[in-house]
Amino acid sequence: MSLQHAKPAPPSDDKRWKIINATMRRNGYADHALIEALHGVQDAFGYLDEPSLRFVAESLDLPLSKVFGVATFYHLFMLKPKGRHACVICTGTACYIKGAGGLIEDIEGRFGVNPGETTPDNALSILSARCVGACGLAPAVVLDGDVLGKVTGPDLLQRLAEVAQ
Amino acid sequence: MNLDDLEDMAEEIRALDADLEHEVRVCMAASCQSSGAAPVLEAIKGAVAEGHRCKVKGVGCMGLCSAGPLVAVQSRGTAEPILYRDVAATDAAEIVASLGGGPVGRLHQPIEAPFFARQQKIVLQNSGIIDPESFKGYVAVGGYAAMVKALTEMTPTEVLREMTASGLRGRGGGGYPTGLKWSTVAKMPADQKYVICNADEGDPGAFMDRAVLESDPHRVLEGMAIAAYAIGANKGYVYVRAEYPLAVERLKTAIRKAKRSGFLGAHICETQFDFEVEIRLGAGAFVCGEETALMASIEGGRGQPRPRPPYPAESGLWGSPTLINNVETFANVAPIISNGGDWFATIGTERSKGTKVFALAGRIRNTGLIEVPMGTRLRDIIDDIGGGVPDGRAFKAVQTGGPSGGCIPEAHLDTPVDYDSLKALGTMMGSGGMIIMDDTSSMVDVARYFMEFCMSESCGKCVPCRAGTYQMHGLLAKIAKAQGTRADLALLEDLCEVVQATSLCGLGQTAPNPVLSTLRYFRDEYEEKLAGG
Repeated sequence: MSLQHAKPAPPSDDKRWKIINATMRRNGYADHALIEALHGVQDAFGYLDEPSLRFVAESLDLPLSKVFGVATFYHLFMLKPKGRHACVICTGTACYIKGAGGLIEDIEGRFGVNPGETTPDNALSILSARCVGACGLAPAVVLDGDVLGKVTGPDLLQRLAEVAQ
Repeated sequence: MNLDDLEDMAEEIRALDADLEHEVRVCMAASCQSSGAAPVLEAIKGAVAEGHRCKVKGVGCMGLCSAGPLVAVQSRGTAEPILYRDVAATDAAEIVASLGGGPVGRLHQPIEAPFFARQQKIVLQNSGIIDPESFKGYVAVGGYAAMVKALTEMTPTEVLREMTASGLRGRGGGGYPTGLKWSTVAKMPADQKYVICNADEGDPGAFMDRAVLESDPHRVLEGMAIAAYAIGANKGYVYVRAEYPLAVERLKTAIRKAKRSGFLGAHICETQFDFEVEIRLGAGAFVCGEETALMASIEGGRGQPRPRPPYPAESGLWGSPTLINNVETFANVAPIISNGGDWFATIGTERSKGTKVFALAGRIRNTGLIEVPMGTRLRDIIDDIGGGVPDGRAFKAVQTGGPSGGCIPEAHLDTPVDYDSLKALGTMMGSGGMIIMDDTSSMVDVARYFMEFCMSESCGKCVPCRAGTYQMHGLLAKIAKAQGTRADLALLEDLCEVVQATSLCGLGQTAPNPVLSTLRYFRDEYEEKLAGG
């Protein structure tokens, strides 16, 4: 039984750190809690910044290189903040066959952003997903957590214009 | 608790609904929810009055996603429910008013249609019928009877014998005999063993596992518990994609409720058997569907595969013997234990037993989820069940097996679907996605699409995959833009062979498959695009 080293203080006194600490504590601060902890940070703050990666590394007694390696390996973890609204374009096979590429072109034409980018006014982030599993309703997009099916270019642009105002 | 006690419990639950005349089921799986099922459920609940003696509940996937939101009305004394399609909240009053009378013609979807009539449901038996968030609902339809039977009336060896006799093969794509895999882990002398359910359904175009988890999560937990009992494990993990939030939520609910009722945790059903299940979320890496990468991810690291052997059955999670099966495989376990392995072996073909769930998508009229016996002809699936290609276009190819599979042309549509016949066609069963393409799709572009997928999903550990997919993608893009030469095509074919033979894991080994299969059946499309003819 090794001695537990002192746990570091959270980067700020934001209450959301308590949830993240609880996640790590539930897993006994074991190294395998890393992905769970990163999910916790991203759920709470929307993305992973350097202070939070350092905090997780120190809490779990892991080298920062390992934490950074894991955070950059997985597509879902974001190291930059998202815009106020996020639209995920599914690029799975069914959506691809049914015109997901066209949707991405339409968005680029209208808002000037490609998947992975955010509009300059920080209103809208466009992301792409490998498959959201809504293949029966292809092409599908996920707008702020809601799955929209059988999407057409004009409809999507209108919805995006409405939320991005 | 023995089987009689469980049956008493189920009887008591069913008795609560004894005076009901009708049950209205609203599909609340992810597809129908995005078509607007939640307001429909609320509206129908609001329209039902005390005198209707009617229960309204949200259920899992009914299969025909393209016609969602779907609503089914089951009345006492009738064998089959009345199904409604494309239901809106404003239709609620009319549906409720029709209870006890004839169906609302305008919304009626006859279930005699081939889409429903040609299916045979084992895995999806409870889907669209029970409330996935209700533990009691699962027990009422005979749920957990297989687990209680295994724990109280069978030895682990007898469970293994039934699984082997069933001939069930892994539904994640590999098709490895499940009974053999279980027996190998069971034989390992170790104090600590693990059961893992692979729910990292990464193949684009596949959503079978999502639907099973969203519609019948207890069935998967029951299968895992039986597996744990058979191999001597007491800890399980479900590794599920974070892209499936609803499936994760329902699984969490199922675990919590099963635990509270003593069907998971310590001393399950008052026996000496303990089994704990935890959920681990993926984070968007396709390669984590590969078993060694998946275990690396559960251990909190990057999801990179390692060479096999040793196989997970000998040295898996944290070095302990580990059983990994896919969601659909676990969903098949309970019926096999309840009805016997011999019963299961009567369904399907000589070497592929049972049924298979397929996700139909792409250029096809009826998109959604189907379950058919192994050996069903592709043509029957596409033309009869799927309703054929819409908009007067011509069928061109069906893609199976995702980025590891290939495209099958018209000429081979009479092939009965099983693991071996698909392999002979240069593709694979995969997890069960079937994407139908019509004459608007360019096969070179489809090959490029899949190669782009593999290139960006390659974990980067081994050179053939990391560099090979990049080079092949470059060549395919060049050919697709009509700038490729004959030498480029020859180089592409060489690279296919090298990457296939020398990659570390399944991702790289199968990445050339879409190219090879389109070259095999649609070579003329490549030739046409070569610069200078």
